[in-house]
Parts: sequence; structure tokens; C-alpha cells
Amino acid sequence: MNVIVCLKQVPGTAQVKIDPETNTLIREGIENVINPFDTYALEEGVRLKERFGGKVTAMSMGPPQAEGALREAVSLGADEAILLSDKAFAGADTWATAYTLASAVNKLGQYDIIICGRQTLDGDTGQVGPELSEMLEVPFVAYVSRIEEIADGQMRVQRMVEEGHEVIEAPLPTVITVVKEINVPRLPSLRGIVKSKSAVIPVWTVPDLGVDQSRVGLAGSFTKVIKVFFPQRVCQGEIFQGELGNQVECLMGKLKDAGLV
Amino acid sequence: MEYFLTEEQKTIKSLARRIAEERILPVRAELDETEEFPWAIMKDLADADMFRVFVPEEYEGLGGGCLELCLVVEELSRVCSAIATCYAVNALGSFTLIDYGTEEQRRKYLPDIAGGKKLTAFAVTEPTAGSDVSAIKTTAEKVEGGYVLNGTKQFITNGGEAEIYTVIALTDKARGVRGASAILVEKDTPGFSFGKKEKKMGIRASATRELIFRNCFVPEENLIAKPGMGFLLAMKLFDHSRPGIGAQAVGIAQGALEVAVDYTRQRIQFGQPLISLPVVQDILGEMATQVEAARALVYAAARMVDSGAKKVTEESAMAKVFASDVAMKVTTDAVQICGGTGYMRDFPLEKMMRDAKITQIYEGSNQILRNAIAIELRKRKARTE
Repeated sequence: MNVIVCLKQVPGTAQVKIDPETNTLIREGIENVINPFDTYALEEGVRLKERFGGKVTAMSMGPPQAEGALREAVSLGADEAILLSDKAFAGADTWATAYTLASAVNKLGQYDIIICGRQTLDGDTGQVGPELSEMLEVPFVAYVSRIEEIADGQMRVQRMVEEGHEVIEAPLPTVITVVKEINVPRLPSLRGIVKSKSAVIPVWTVPDLGVDQSRVGLAGSFTKVIKVFFPQRVCQGEIFQGELGNQVECLMGKLKDAGLV
Repeated sequence: MEYFLTEEQKTIKSLARRIAEERILPVRAELDETEEFPWAIMKDLADADMFRVFVPEEYEGLGGGCLELCLVVEELSRVCSAIATCYAVNALGSFTLIDYGTEEQRRKYLPDIAGGKKLTAFAVTEPTAGSDVSAIKTTAEKVEGGYVLNGTKQFITNGGEAEIYTVIALTDKARGVRGASAILVEKDTPGFSFGKKEKKMGIRASATRELIFRNCFVPEENLIAKPGMGFLLAMKLFDHSRPGIGAQAVGIAQGALEVAVDYTRQRIQFGQPLISLPVVQDILGEMATQVEAARALVYAAARMVDSGAKKVTEESAMAKVFASDVAMKVTTDAVQICGGTGYMRDFPLEKMMRDAKITQIYEGSNQILRNAIAIELRKRKARTE
């Protein structure tokens, strides 16, 4: 069972700031982590390896510091890790990201299953997984909450839908995205950390992938973020203080002023 | 304070802290209430290789020493010293085997211990033999091909939960303590059973039981070292393990100090946070100083053990005695400055105060250890005269 896990390094906090000039996240000075949803993908990949043998390859497209996320993936059980990093990859939308990942998967060659988190914490689109399967021309199942069985080149999985669960069978190779209900990710092990520190993580660039530069990064993106903003608060709550009687009086006054009573 | 830990030691410490905060913190109050053995946490610790820390590399361990073990115990105890006890006792139950076992014995047991697949325990205390270890009555009579054990061990930590027990028993009753031997006994050996589980004041999630031996036969190859060495091995073991109790005490005290600082920053009295009141500052300042002094002594003793020094009785006793007294004082003071809230069971301090008490009692009561230190002083003086 050869498993590829796609993961992304994201800011480890919800308190991110947006650069008003470029409309991108200000990543400086913020601790980065593996996208939480991707940790479930990695854990499931490692569990598949433990059940069926084979290996887990963690893959990430990102700036050079994304190597940190891949080292962490090795400490959590990934056998190999590959970083897709090139200035030309910067500014990619989901399509250009999926194209780059698909090119790397094709370069890797044989695989049985690709696992992604359901979405990222920063982009929140949930599109890279399905687009990746499209480009690789393999089946896709989203929101997988349980892998029931893998046998004879087929996998049966449970997927979360609004009213319950669906059970789906798909031939391998397949791309799936997983939800957090699928497992409880393990903590790193001391031996894993030691291994991760010395792990060799190759960096694949545009020439390594042999891709068309106009199809990756900002140049290859069909969508462009024009503006990122916090929604304006149109109305605000008001808290009355003091004695209860006074509070009731204030409230009634306000309601009367507004013509509501 | 900077203790100049190696990169590896820092990694061990920070991973132990992560396990404590992510996995132990959410369940510590419940486990204290239910007194259930924390099997799920033992699995987390095993998965994270924490049981490998104190096992030599040849037997699938990471080859760490006393200091590495202390770092793990300290970090776990900072959050829950009951769970730290369940973990640390495995080192106590393994050290005699590691230091004096035969190659076959090590090969047979240590890889499973390192992987956390089997827990261990050490058994010397008996109903009639506490501080007076020489009063043990459990016998291991030599028979064809092995030994037959009879007797009862008391207050054995991990009793009933562990798979592998190092038991001190008399192979030669006539010779008294010089007739005691260390023998490995596996759970499920016929004639080996467990008595009642004790209800304790603190470290309630840890299991403490009687071990009962009734004509329990163990094969010859389970004897560690030579017959008659049991008492000596036990004393050497405690010399090496006592800094670990010190580390447990430092962890408890550190945890209590942090809770006290958080609370006194938030609690407003007389129009200001408690931490602004000089009387509270005086107590907090003293607590912090005591904790750091205890830590410095524990690390220094652990490093001395790891240096291979022949005689560490005094130093390891000092570390255990000082740190455990600090833990008792700091947790008591922490409850005091947090007032009514500190006394409540919904707040973590009263558990820390209950948990701290045992560190002054087990692995040699502090009074007995001060005696031991004084005896060393007298011996040294006598040698120079």
C-alpha cells in the first residue's frame, strides 16, 4: 500500500493579519503548523501502512520553510517527504496547486491512495483534493470518516454527508479527503523526532517536475484574490449596567424610542 | 535557570510536556476521582517512546540515564504525578535487571519494557518491613531447577497492572538480609496472586496492591545476580532511583506554583490582583526559589548518577529529601494563597497537595534518608581521622 499524503503548512493561529497591499497572509513572526485537517490525513496514511505495509510519502507545496511541516510529518510516521518549492509556484490558486501536486504525483509514479485533509485552515476552499483527482483521472471521495476495507484493488469507505453516512466503493488508485472524525492523530515519538532531524527532504522545482511555468503559481491561476476584508459590523449590542430596575427602565426606553413597543 | 541540557534532553522534555498537556491534563481530575489505572495514557507514552528513555540502546531503548528519566517524570508530574508514578515505577522495576541481569534476561524482558508492551514493578516492602527493610519474611526456597516463593509484599506500585516483578525474597533465612535475593516473577505464574487494591490519599490513579506468593515456583534463570545479593541490589537501586522521586516532587511543586501564579494574577481583592499584595509576593517568591533550588539539586544528583560515580547514596538522598519537602511546602502554600478556591476539588491544587505527601514517604522516608546522610557524614569523618 503506497500512500501519498498531501499537506500544507499554515499559520498556527486564527489571529492572522492580511497584507492590505497584496491581499495575502502576513506569515512573518507566526508559528507555523501542519494544517490541522491534514494531520488526520497523515495519521490515516500511517495507519494504512501499519495495516497493509508499504510506505507513506508526505508531499507539500510551499515556501522553503514548509520543510518544517514535512519534518514533523516524518516524526509522525511518514517514510519519505518531498517539498515542492519554487518561486514560480508562489501565488497559486487551488487549480495551479492541484496541477503542481498532480505533476509531482506523476513523477513519483506508482501509488494506491492519496489522502488530503478536507480543507485548509487558511484558504478554506476544500478544492485541491477533488481537483487533484480530476487531473490524475482517478476516482475521488470527499469527507471520508472511515476506511472500512481495502481488498482486491477496491476500497470501501464511509463518507460523512449532512443527514448521515454514505458507504462508497471505489477502485484503487483513489484520492480521498478526510474529516476529523476519522481518527485521533498520534503525538510524535522520540525515535520519530530523531529520524525527522536527519531525514533528507528533496526539493522539487519547476525543472524537476518538467511542468509548463505558465500553468503554475500566480501565472497558472484562474482565480485571483482581489480583496480580503473583515465584514463591517452593521449593528452592535449594548449592555446595560447598574441596578436591575434601572436596566429595565433603560431597555424599555430604548424599545419605545425604536417604536417597537 | 539554565541547566544546559543537550538537544536530545530538550526534545525529551518538550515531548513529555506535550503529552502531559494534551493527553493527561484533560483526564487527570477524572482519573483522580475514579482511581482508574491510566492505560490509555500508558499507551500514549509507549507510542511516544517514553519507556525507551531509560532502556539501553542494545535492547531497543534510547540509552538515556537518570537525568533523562527525571526530565520525563518532572514534566508528567507537573500535570499529574499519579500518572508519572505509573510511568516512573517501570524504571524502578527495570534498573536491577538492566544493571545486573544476564544477557538472556535482558534480551527476554527489556525490548517489551522499552516498547511499553509490559509494565514492571519492584517489590521489597512487606507488612512487617517498611523502613526496616531487613525485616522481610518472604522466602524463596531453593528447589530442583528453581525457587519456591512464599509470603506477602505490601504497597506495591503497579501491582496487578505490571507483567514483570523484581521481588526481594529470602533464599537463605538463616543469613537474614545477607540471605536476600532479587528474583524476577512474571504475572500469571501459578501461585502468584494479588491482594486488595489500596485506597490512597494521593496519586490515586496509580495502582497499589499486595503481591501474594503461595508455593509460587520460578525457574532458576529468574534469579538476578547471585543469591544473597538482594539487599545490596535494592539499596543500589534506590540510590539510582531517588533523584526520580525528587523530579516527581519538583514537577508537582512547579505545577502548583504555576497554578498559584495564574490564580493570584486574576483574583481581585482590596481592589487589586492578589499577586500585587506584598504578603502574597513574599510567599510566591519563596515558592519559586524553593522549586528552583530543588530542581538544581535533583539535576545535579541525576548527573552524578549518570557519571557512573560509585557512591551516590548521600547525593540522591539529599535530592529526594529536599525536593519532597519543597513539594509539600509549596503545594500547601499554593492552597493557602488561593484560599477557599484552592481548597476545592474542582481546582487542581488540593490534588497536588495530596499527591505531594507520598514523596516524603516512599523510597525511603525522609527521616530514614536523613539518617543515611548522617551515617555517611560520620563514616567520612572516621576515614579522615
